[in-house]
Amino acid sequence: MRLDAKIPGGPLPQKWDRHRFELKLVNPANKRKFDILVVGTGLAGASASASLGELGYNVKTFCIHDSPRRAHSIAAQGGINAAKNYPNDGDSIWRLFYDTVKGGDFRAREANVYRLAQISNAIIDHCVAQGVPFAREYGGLLANRSFGGAQLSRTFYARGQTGQQLLLGAYGALMRQVAAGRVRLFPRREILDIVVVHGKARGVVARNLLNGEIECHEGHAVVLATGGYGNAYYLSTNAKASNVTAAFRAYKRGAAFANPCFTQIHPTCIPVHGTYQSKLTLMSESLRNDGRVWVPKRAGDKRPPHQIPEAERDYFLERKYPSFGNLVPRDVASRNVKEQCDQGKGVGETGLAVYLDFADAIRRDGRAVIERKYGNLFQMYEKITGDDPYETPMMIYPAVHYTMGGLWVDYNLMSTLEGLFVLGEANFSDHGANRLGASALMQGLADGYFIIPYTLGGYLAGTSLEPVSASDPAFAATAREAEERIRRLLEVNGRRTVDELHRELGMVLWNHCGMSRTNEGLAKARARVQELREEFWHNVRVPGAGRDLNQSLEKAGRVADFMEFAELMILDALARQESCGGHFNEAYQTEENEARRDDERYCHVAAWEFAGLEREPVRHEEPLVFEHVPLTQRSYK
Amino acid sequence: MSQSIRLTLKIWRQKGPADPGRFETFAAEDISTDMSFLEMLDVVNEKLILEGREPVAFDHDCREGICGSCGAVVNGRPHGHLRGTTLCQLHMRHFRDGDTIVIEPFRARAFPVIKDLVVDRSALDRLMQAGGFVSVNTGSAPEANTLPVPSDRAERAMDAAACIGCGACVAACPNASAMLFTSAKVSHLALLPQGRPEAARRVLSMVRAMDACGFGNCSNHRECEMTCPKEISIVHIARLNREALKAGFLSPER
Ligand SMILES: Cc1cc2nc3c(=O)[nH]c(=O)nc-3n(C[C@H](O)[C@H](O)[C@H](O)COP(=O)(O)OP(=O)(O)OC[C@H]3O[C@@H](n4cnc5c(N)ncnc54)[C@H](O)[C@@H]3O)c2cc1C
Ligand code: SF4
Ligand code: FES
Repeated sequence: MRLDAKIPGGPLPQKWDRHRFELKLVNPANKRKFDILVVGTGLAGASASASLGELGYNVKTFCIHDSPRRAHSIAAQGGINAAKNYPNDGDSIWRLFYDTVKGGDFRAREANVYRLAQISNAIIDHCVAQGVPFAREYGGLLANRSFGGAQLSRTFYARGQTGQQLLLGAYGALMRQVAAGRVRLFPRREILDIVVVHGKARGVVARNLLNGEIECHEGHAVVLATGGYGNAYYLSTNAKASNVTAAFRAYKRGAAFANPCFTQIHPTCIPVHGTYQSKLTLMSESLRNDGRVWVPKRAGDKRPPHQIPEAERDYFLERKYPSFGNLVPRDVASRNVKEQCDQGKGVGETGLAVYLDFADAIRRDGRAVIERKYGNLFQMYEKITGDDPYETPMMIYPAVHYTMGGLWVDYNLMSTLEGLFVLGEANFSDHGANRLGASALMQGLADGYFIIPYTLGGYLAGTSLEPVSASDPAFAATAREAEERIRRLLEVNGRRTVDELHRELGMVLWNHCGMSRTNEGLAKARARVQELREEFWHNVRVPGAGRDLNQSLEKAGRVADFMEFAELMILDALARQESCGGHFNEAYQTEENEARRDDERYCHVAAWEFAGLEREPVRHEEPLVFEHVPLTQRSYK
Repeated sequence: MSQSIRLTLKIWRQKGPADPGRFETFAAEDISTDMSFLEMLDVVNEKLILEGREPVAFDHDCREGICGSCGAVVNGRPHGHLRGTTLCQLHMRHFRDGDTIVIEPFRARAFPVIKDLVVDRSALDRLMQAGGFVSVNTGSAPEANTLPVPSDRAERAMDAAACIGCGACVAACPNASAMLFTSAKVSHLALLPQGRPEAARRVLSMVRAMDACGFGNCSNHRECEMTCPKEISIVHIARLNREALKAGFLSPER
């Protein structure tokens, strides 16, 4: 396998323009002769489907949900970045680029990140034109706020519902193309495999979730926008159906998987409260703009928060990072929270929580201002916990949130499997080892609205694609494999439920491949995952039938893939003997307990190639070159 | 502090669209008051699976009140009795030890039952296809700040845009009308200058689609507003009516 990132030549700011000029164009009249299969209707998939439909391609779009509008993107709260510099506080494309590369701890490609920053402004223009009701100043112009890890205000937002509003914009555009007949929608379909014909991705195998039928769909290219794999940990902020299945199947068909160990643990989530817990709820990072994070100075101090006097509180982020304070990047904040709790200073029933306190902000700005900014978040918190954050500080703890790793893609967003493009959280492209707040929405929409429409055209115009049909033997063979897996899952009829086994897998990953990792822990975790996988295939119980709406079976298929994929995460973590961003190996830290990178040996992307069932996957390296942002130790002091 | 309660559940079971369906009774033991309603159903389902029975099918995804997937009629109310709350955000602390809870799917002509509590709400997508968007192609937008929108207008548009498309308003309406849902979209876009050029066409087309999809008429029962988990106001219905009237009289596309 050769990793060719296909980064265009020329100076950084001109690369994308130049590339767009050099890409071949598809004649407008020919576009409708191309069938494009888009999997996923989150921000990336919906924006791609709509834009490709507008261009005249014949698009088929698939999603698990009953409606494309329900994709996980809907839950994003805080906002979306752009380099508009409306507040006149010194922002620029260059600075957004710089911050993103640095925030990612120098494990992303400069050229990709620069393009992302360049496109960011057009995204805002487009979303506003669609009617996305972004927050505005009294004069009627767009409002901005600062957001996790940025020292300036470049984040656009729609209350605490930015993802929802952006997705409804993209969904509206998609619905318009459905009405125009350019996009055909296949909701309640789960893609179980990618069909490869003569080395190229030419189709998908889908399960109709309503009746369990297996369907084959052929096309000239496949676009995966299936989101991240945070649910490998069972508990995460991701929606319940978020999964790795389509991406993992693509990996098994020849698409390299990059940096699977790069996962993001978000510092501000509602703490776990019981073993029945089914998911974790994020409290938007925007809360850190006004909330102050603290713990009691004395370990084991169990007094209620209002009884702990000011002098006996430790505002540890403000103390340790005077210039960024509560706004340090997520990986840094999360590790510090864990550290405080490990020292016995955690609060609440479990001791696995710290306070996020708004008392000062309410005193300073008044309750009305705070309510306007965060009202719906406070309400959500109260609904879940029964506590009123206007009266008593919130309690937060880190939770799995986002996955920077994903299928490897080149500058065109094509994976190592020709004809398979990967967008949004499902690819690995722009966030390196740590994603900054409000940049996933930006990336998903950049990929879907403004990159794939060009690069897919370049591929189609420059590649000879012989006709295929779903009657091709490759389709039947791939469909048979999918059916066979389903049959096996139903046959086990063991004694443990899918959720039970998934929870156990999640604990192993959380303890050993989570916020802080050690070589011994990872090795142990690997063995444990193998055992669990064995147990899964011998002892899982999946009730019901294959040819029916069967939610247990859906879950079982996804968990079966997580059981395999978890090992790849662990292998990747073991192979990367350094700390960077969200990957923190305790053996590699500075005196101040920050991640210590090893740029001599690990300034590269690790891309894993599937090598067969009983063989170790092969690790490939794509070297990263930093010409514009000097490699430095991140410091948020 | 959490407590443990016991409940009796009467849940609607229906194997498929053709099955007439019936209630089944389940005992839910040791339910923590910190659980969400869906977590309570998870616990019941885990037990059913281990007993070799089929778990209750229900739609859900985000479990934080934003995706609009979840929803069932709980003791006669879509999403349960707590105002402004989706089923996934309804916590068991709002029930008492020994309560009997009746759980059934959303019922409406336009929402056929698929299985147990799962219904087909694709009619809502078809309504959106009729005009729930601004016709702007990628690439053609002007600079975002060339079009100021007074902040109170933007806020009102956002109030309407908060609809999560769950369909509870339809389930609550004696006529199974989708008026609240449709008016939220019409209102969101009608309030913004970006939506004005197509406002007349949008409202007429979406109102027509409501009929075509099998939704009933609105006769001002206001059940929808009471039920809506996002507290979408019927003010938007009034705006839809005004827009429709205006469009009907003035638009050449009538
Ligand atoms: C609670 C929360 C808050 C967040 N807030 C922010 C924020 O403020 N700012 C920010 O920038 N980012 C935020 N993020 C991150 C961001 O929301 C996501 O990274 C982003 O929305 C992912 O979009 P996507 O289009 O790549 O995938 P998703 O939105 O996850 O969509 C995946 C799609 O793929 C479909 N799918 C998946 N697998 C299959 C399959 N096998 N077959 C068929 N279909 C499939 C699903 O149905 C879905 O339609 C947040 C994330 C969370 C969890
Ligand atoms: S108006 Fe309210 S009840 Fe109706 S679909 Fe929207 S959010 Fe649900
Ligand atoms: S599960 Fe998403 S709104 Fe309830």
